[in-house]
Amino acid sequence: MKKHNPLVISLIAVVIGLLFAFGLVAITGRNPFDLLTALVRSMTGFNMQKPDAGINPMFVLNWFKYSVPMILTGLSVAFAYRTGLFNIGGEGQFIVGGTAAAFVALCVDLPPIIHPIACLLAAAAAGAVWGFLPGLLKAYRGINEVVICIMLNYSAMYICNMLTRGLLPIDPNTNARTISIPDSAVLKQVTTATASQFNWGFLAAIVGLVIFWFIIEKTTFGFSLKATGFNKEAARFAGMKVERNIILSMMISGAFCGVAGALLVLGEYKYGRIYTGFDNYGFDGISIALVGAANAVGVFFAGMLFSLLKSASGNLQIFQIPSEIAELVQAIIIYLVAIQYAIILVLDKIDFKGFKKKREPKSIEGGDA
Amino acid sequence: MAYAIEMLNITKDFPGIRANDNVTLKIKEQTVHALLGENGAGKSTLMSILFGLYQPTSGTIKVRGKEVVISDPNIATELGIGMVHQHFKLIDCFTVTENIILGLEPKKFGMIDIKKAAERVKELSELYGLNVDPYAKIQDISVGMQQRVEILKMLYRNAEILIFDEPTAVLTPQEIHELMNIMRGLIKEGKTILLITHKLKEIKEVADECTVLRKGKYIGTIDVKETDEKQMAEMMVGREVSFAVEKGECHPGKPVLEIKDLTVMNVKKLPAVKNLNLTVRAGEIVGLAGIDGNGQTELVYALTGLAKAHGGTILLKGQDITHMPIKKRLDLGMSHVPEDRHKHGLVLDFALKDNFIIHCYNRPPFSEHGVLKPKAIDEYADKLIEQFDVRSGQGKETITRSMSGGNQQKAIIAREIDRSTDLLVVVQPTRGLDVGAIEYIHTRIVEERDKGKAILLVSFELDEILNLSDRIAVIHDGEITGLVWRKDTDENELGLMMAGSLKKMEAL
Amino acid sequence: MKKVLKMALASLMAVTTLTACSQPAEEENPGTETPTEEKISIGFVTDMGGINDHSFNETSYKGIQEYAAEAGLVEGTDYSYLQSDSETDYMPNLSTYAEEGVDLIAAAGFLFADAITEAAQAYPDQKMLIIDVDSLDPEMTPNVQQAVFAEHEGSYLVGVVAGLRAKNEGYDAVGFVMGQESVTMEKFWAGYQQGVWSVYPECQIYYDNANNFAAPEVGKSLAGKQYNSGAYIIFHAAGATGNGVISEAQERAMNGEDVWVIGVDTDQYAQGYVDEAQTKSIILTSMMKRVDTASYNAAKAVADGTFEGGVVRYTLADNGVGLPEENPNLTEEELAAVEEATQKIVSGEVVVSETAVNNDLTIGD
Repeated sequence: MKKHNPLVISLIAVVIGLLFAFGLVAITGRNPFDLLTALVRSMTGFNMQKPDAGINPMFVLNWFKYSVPMILTGLSVAFAYRTGLFNIGGEGQFIVGGTAAAFVALCVDLPPIIHPIACLLAAAAAGAVWGFLPGLLKAYRGINEVVICIMLNYSAMYICNMLTRGLLPIDPNTNARTISIPDSAVLKQVTTATASQFNWGFLAAIVGLVIFWFIIEKTTFGFSLKATGFNKEAARFAGMKVERNIILSMMISGAFCGVAGALLVLGEYKYGRIYTGFDNYGFDGISIALVGAANAVGVFFAGMLFSLLKSASGNLQIFQIPSEIAELVQAIIIYLVAIQYAIILVLDKIDFKGFKKKREPKSIEGGDA
Repeated sequence: MAYAIEMLNITKDFPGIRANDNVTLKIKEQTVHALLGENGAGKSTLMSILFGLYQPTSGTIKVRGKEVVISDPNIATELGIGMVHQHFKLIDCFTVTENIILGLEPKKFGMIDIKKAAERVKELSELYGLNVDPYAKIQDISVGMQQRVEILKMLYRNAEILIFDEPTAVLTPQEIHELMNIMRGLIKEGKTILLITHKLKEIKEVADECTVLRKGKYIGTIDVKETDEKQMAEMMVGREVSFAVEKGECHPGKPVLEIKDLTVMNVKKLPAVKNLNLTVRAGEIVGLAGIDGNGQTELVYALTGLAKAHGGTILLKGQDITHMPIKKRLDLGMSHVPEDRHKHGLVLDFALKDNFIIHCYNRPPFSEHGVLKPKAIDEYADKLIEQFDVRSGQGKETITRSMSGGNQQKAIIAREIDRSTDLLVVVQPTRGLDVGAIEYIHTRIVEERDKGKAILLVSFELDEILNLSDRIAVIHDGEITGLVWRKDTDENELGLMMAGSLKKMEAL
Repeated sequence: MKKVLKMALASLMAVTTLTACSQPAEEENPGTETPTEEKISIGFVTDMGGINDHSFNETSYKGIQEYAAEAGLVEGTDYSYLQSDSETDYMPNLSTYAEEGVDLIAAAGFLFADAITEAAQAYPDQKMLIIDVDSLDPEMTPNVQQAVFAEHEGSYLVGVVAGLRAKNEGYDAVGFVMGQESVTMEKFWAGYQQGVWSVYPECQIYYDNANNFAAPEVGKSLAGKQYNSGAYIIFHAAGATGNGVISEAQERAMNGEDVWVIGVDTDQYAQGYVDEAQTKSIILTSMMKRVDTASYNAAKAVADGTFEGGVVRYTLADNGVGLPEENPNLTEEELAAVEEATQKIVSGEVVVSETAVNNDLTIGD
């Protein structure tokens, strides 16, 4: 029996989602070409309706800018998922990461380059701590990590706001954030040629992707994490430390989110934030991990896709297409991937060779060729 | 006599594999017809075609002489074909009646008329001697009863032709006996039965005719009365098979496993193993006989470290391992073929090669400094696959879940034997496997004994114990009630000891 | 509704004079004016509250719409808005407009301060308007007009109303719900306190901070808390969060409770109806903050070629803040008191402080 590659399913979902968007734009009396123009412009900086204007790299860099935290939170969710855990606590880990980075940026005096790295390490540590708690409770008390994670999201927000207001210098002009972080801690724009805030923080996403891929695919640690995720009992039976794996996996997952939160503080906000709500990057991570089939390559592409839809929001509105279209496309893709059974069914139907339908769980026969 | 079902010259191709090759199956009305074949012989595919789950690549199907096209399971149901699956499809918290009427609820003023349905269920149950309480909840009744509910489900839908897919795999000997009686009763009432199995004993007991498949091909149809088990086995496997395991004299050496006054609590915190003493020496197979639930599972868990020992000591090669972590026991020299291969034995979603290294992934040559060495892993997997004849679709890359039960078990045996440890704890090594696989596994176990390993075999099947063991220990209610030499005992004596009514300690 | 607003705007325009650093107001009547300026394009960037927040974004954009209607600009091609879903969208949205080459980019809210600064430096020739911020360094952002309002003065007036009403009806407490702590928001709070206590010094004032401008559910629960603790009138300065305050009051009023809300930014009277016939509203009055005036003026100035960077202040004196024209729920006495307070503030007899008195009447937590 042939297994359908989950990335193929995601790809089909993406295509259907986009086709649906074009269809919807058309039937609501708008020009589908505008939608295409907006998407292409967000992706390449080229305006097909004003070809003389040439390519504007700002749009491309903005796309990349959005993708960096999204890839990281996607990796976070995917990492936990590989160990059979659902990390819905990304928001909280994101916030503690951002706050930890602000503390190191404002309270520690370090030379440039080292300073942002120190901030990111602190953020990873803070995120890891925030992942440690649900991991610990899950491993030794069997408490559902989802419930704990959701509660910790709010705890993170309020505790971090309290610490920031209490311990960091608050900006007197607005009283709603800290003063700006010192220049040494700021993640500089990769190029000042455009107004895009795309900064050197993108290296963290690349490092994250490599670390994820390496741990999961190449190391004995990743091997035991995957075994734990697939079958906890068999892993225990094989002498693996299941509890330790659960905790470590949540910590690493949390660290990814923590770094994502820090990148925004160091590269875009450039001040310590007082959070009024969630940024939803942690939740975006869930969709990205799902669509990316929880592996490094998939998360990268899913992250690029969802960030494109996010960065296209402005261009869509410029071309008078409601930015909700972008959200709709995302929603359709997520639904389709979630109900991938439907896609598999269609794939089976159109494949004239006739793959086995997955009606019967006992699909043993035919395995022994 | 008329045929209830005729499947003529059925061929079914899957990508890369021909699952059925010109197979013909003709079932006479009011008979029990057996379909015999090893795992992977194409039985399930053939049945899936009959049940409308697949379309045949070529061939025709006739039901009661009329040619039909069965394009989905509903058509099969309309034609009076019902299937009792190996894995029951019942809802635990529903009653018998609720499960039976699921999808066909009789309505009265728009409400489900449970009473009427229950009466019908009771009627059917009495007619066929099934003795099922229509109001009992599934979670409260035995596995044998649950199977009867599945049968009732078919009868409730007026099935005339009942397909039983490996119905005895989950039953106790008594339940098997009762099932055979039920089948005979069904025939008497005019039903036709197709029995899919690889257990020759059952075919001999209940079937009239038997069609044999091997590797997707039709081998023949035989009259069961005129054929003996050995002949059927040979048709199925394609060569001579020996039921008795060839094995030479045993030469026990030093004690490898010593269990002293071991007490283990079960999940309800009651003692399941009570002051148990047992020694297994190098070069011998000690069979632990007993009825399921007499403390075998707890004993094995305590030995392997999955459960805590509450009293006593366990020595492995003279070292106290009573409270050692699992990993250390494994490293010290224990192999374990677990009772539940899906829960403990394999990570089903891993590729075969990953399952081979699941114990030793963090040691050279499979890894160095925490990084896996794919080349070494591949080579090792190829070696085991070849040595132990593990068959699968995509070799070492096959996701274990998609492999047949026999090959999954072979993979575990391969892994555990190849670790060349001193003690091999083998629990129910052949449950659910076909003759060929059983033969193979038994042979390998004896080979390991001859290499000087100490082997503790835990099995609920007395035949297996008698075939393999050098010494037999009998466990009853957590205590050893008998310890005898294989050559000095027989089924009867063991049965008495298993029931706790005889104590005999002579093979110390 | 639109007509009322138009009239209000027209009359407002007639009396508007800009202070200090801005040009002298033009004494033209916008109703009869013929558009002689060249057509301009305007882009407005919202914050997370969205364009339909019944508050800040909506009102600011309304000013642009008003100007567009006069100048014959077409929505979508000549002027439009970009919705921001998070603060990380500010910079991309601002620069998208800059790249589009619009003549004026407008944004409302102190949250935009950093993004506008950054954008102003990246696009030094781009004219921009930021409403509610006066802290940008004019040296670094000469192309940005910073429009701020004397919220404390307007809030003082509604404080007078709240205090009088509570005193006359025999209640001893009123309430205040804030969207988020900031320097601007403190001006609301400070003015309200002084207004209430100027007429009713013994009055208690409950204070709550929703810490969010876009969370009606939080607003609703805070309002419930304050009403339960005996607050008679709640002044909300909380954007979309305040919509929750209003709906809580509506529910209570429909159940026969006697409660009031004071709206903010726009005349929220129509949002507070409690009957089908729309005869009764629980909006006592509203603290109008004419952000639409700011965006209207900026757009017009760009068209006229008179646009200048720097801080522009809109005060009670020039009708930048104040009560609505129509106040159906106010008594003659209250209106007179408001008029008197207005006179005193405009004449400088009363100076309203921008700093709030520390008040530990935060209840419940």
